Amino acid sequence: MTLAVKAVGIRKSFGSHEVLKGLDLDVTYGEVLCILGPSGSGKSTFLRCINHLETPNGGYVWVDGAIMGYELARGALQELPVKRLRAQQSQLGMVFQHFNLFAHRTVLGNVIEGPMVVRGLSRADAEARAMGLLEQVGMAAKASSYPSQLSGGQKQRVAIARALAMEPRVMLFDEPTSALDPELVGEILEVMRNLARGGTTMIVVTHEIGFAREVADRVVVMIDGEIRENGAPQQVLSNPDDPRVRTFLSRVLA
Amino acid sequence: MQSTSNPISTLSLADLPGPDVAIRRLKHPGRWISGGLVILLIAVIGRAFAVGQIQWTVVGEFLTAGVIITGFGWTLLISACALVLGVLLGFAFGIMRLSENPILRFAAWLYVWVFRGTPVLLQLLIWFNIALVFPKLYIPGLIDARMVDVVTPFVAAVLGLGVNEGSYLTEVVRGGIGSVDKGQKEAAHTLGMTPGQTMRRIILPQTLRLILPVLGNSAIGMLKFSSLAATIAMGEMLNAAQRIYFINGAVIELLFVCAVWYLAGTTVLSIGQYYLERHFGRDAATTTTERRWFKGWARRPAVTGEA
Repeated sequence: MTLAVKAVGIRKSFGSHEVLKGLDLDVTYGEVLCILGPSGSGKSTFLRCINHLETPNGGYVWVDGAIMGYELARGALQELPVKRLRAQQSQLGMVFQHFNLFAHRTVLGNVIEGPMVVRGLSRADAEARAMGLLEQVGMAAKASSYPSQLSGGQKQRVAIARALAMEPRVMLFDEPTSALDPELVGEILEVMRNLARGGTTMIVVTHEIGFAREVADRVVVMIDGEIRENGAPQQVLSNPDDPRVRTFLSRVLA
Repeated sequence: MQSTSNPISTLSLADLPGPDVAIRRLKHPGRWISGGLVILLIAVIGRAFAVGQIQWTVVGEFLTAGVIITGFGWTLLISACALVLGVLLGFAFGIMRLSENPILRFAAWLYVWVFRGTPVLLQLLIWFNIALVFPKLYIPGLIDARMVDVVTPFVAAVLGLGVNEGSYLTEVVRGGIGSVDKGQKEAAHTLGMTPGQTMRRIILPQTLRLILPVLGNSAIGMLKFSSLAATIAMGEMLNAAQRIYFINGAVIELLFVCAVWYLAGTTVLSIGQYYLERHFGRDAATTTTERRWFKGWARRPAVTGEA
């Protein structure tokens, strides 16, 4: 059980509103962790703090031997230049709720962008690997389409391939199915299920309780910027200790 | 049936015609009348010019005169150079306007404030006479020359028109960058792209597509504004025409010659703009609002008021 991600005392405020109240979380390699919670509980913000899309106001995130955005120097955290932060961020693959595919690039262009620009792969190498990944998510046939020509589910599958192309150590999913029509949710969960089976380390912010129950190794429930439950899916989802978690679950399971 | 009491609803089901019933469209006599009136008006104006004191043969004669053609060449060259300068300045200051650094933001604001807030004709005259302020241009190891030799009428025209256009385009670029979805930037960052890479490869290409219609209007506007350079002794087309009519007195004829060439130029640019937009519009717009914004700009007439 090697530790992949360790969040220590993450605090985040927007103005006077404290969104995250000092969160700690450990994720080991090969683990699938689902973060559940009512909207406004800060779960997306927490995920975005893990890969420094939001800079935490306090605390830090350790990812595979380095602290995100900082280096330890003389007992303090010295902020890193942006280029080194980006290198760290590229080790965490991110899948967004709204896909965020590059609108001016084809499907293939989206997937080769990171490997070519950030990792310096040749176009031929990047394209060969990208086609393999598109094959894996069932989008190889659409390689030369533009994002505007795709359905939401297809966009999200491309977005997953794009994130995987950087060979990240951990994949982060920020409500990957929330912007999809109900009949398209299944195809994304299927891709994620396959990733989990293949041993990918995943942190998934989601509303899909069924997916959490079936695929997650561990479930975290956040309420009001705090982690209220943290344990095996059966235990957390069927028999939570915290009364507020019980209320939340009864509402979403109803 | 209750509806029978309603005077509009007197048609009973039994009287309904079959599905193949003929449909007669509403006539619009008003359209024919207004159309006819406008055609009449155009004919009157056309006739007035045809019988007026214009020697159309002189117009035809000078249309392809060497001096005019050369002048039009200068017009095109000034417009192209000024547009390139304006676009470069627009992007540079537009990016500065969105900088994290408040001093850079202020500098860009100052640029827009000064150059958008004064008439372009005035700016041309100032550039042309800049030697009165700085008699010598001296950059150690690079340039050491008299300003009058450096800022020729051509240079003054390109600087005046280009720097002025840049101030407009700064705001356009700023708006364009702002309208690219924030998620594009975040996606690039999570892939590990630096701010520079993100700007060059992700944000600016999409900005360019969004502002292409405005750039098309800038090109058209620039072609026309270049005529202002006639006032600073630049031998572009209008200036050439003026020099001819000072001698032969055919004032209106030569001005019409210019009008023909300007119209030809702007028409070609309009057609080019249409095809450029169609080419780039293909995959750029993903949402309906984006597309409407895109098209909305396209329909906006060229900015003409500032001279």
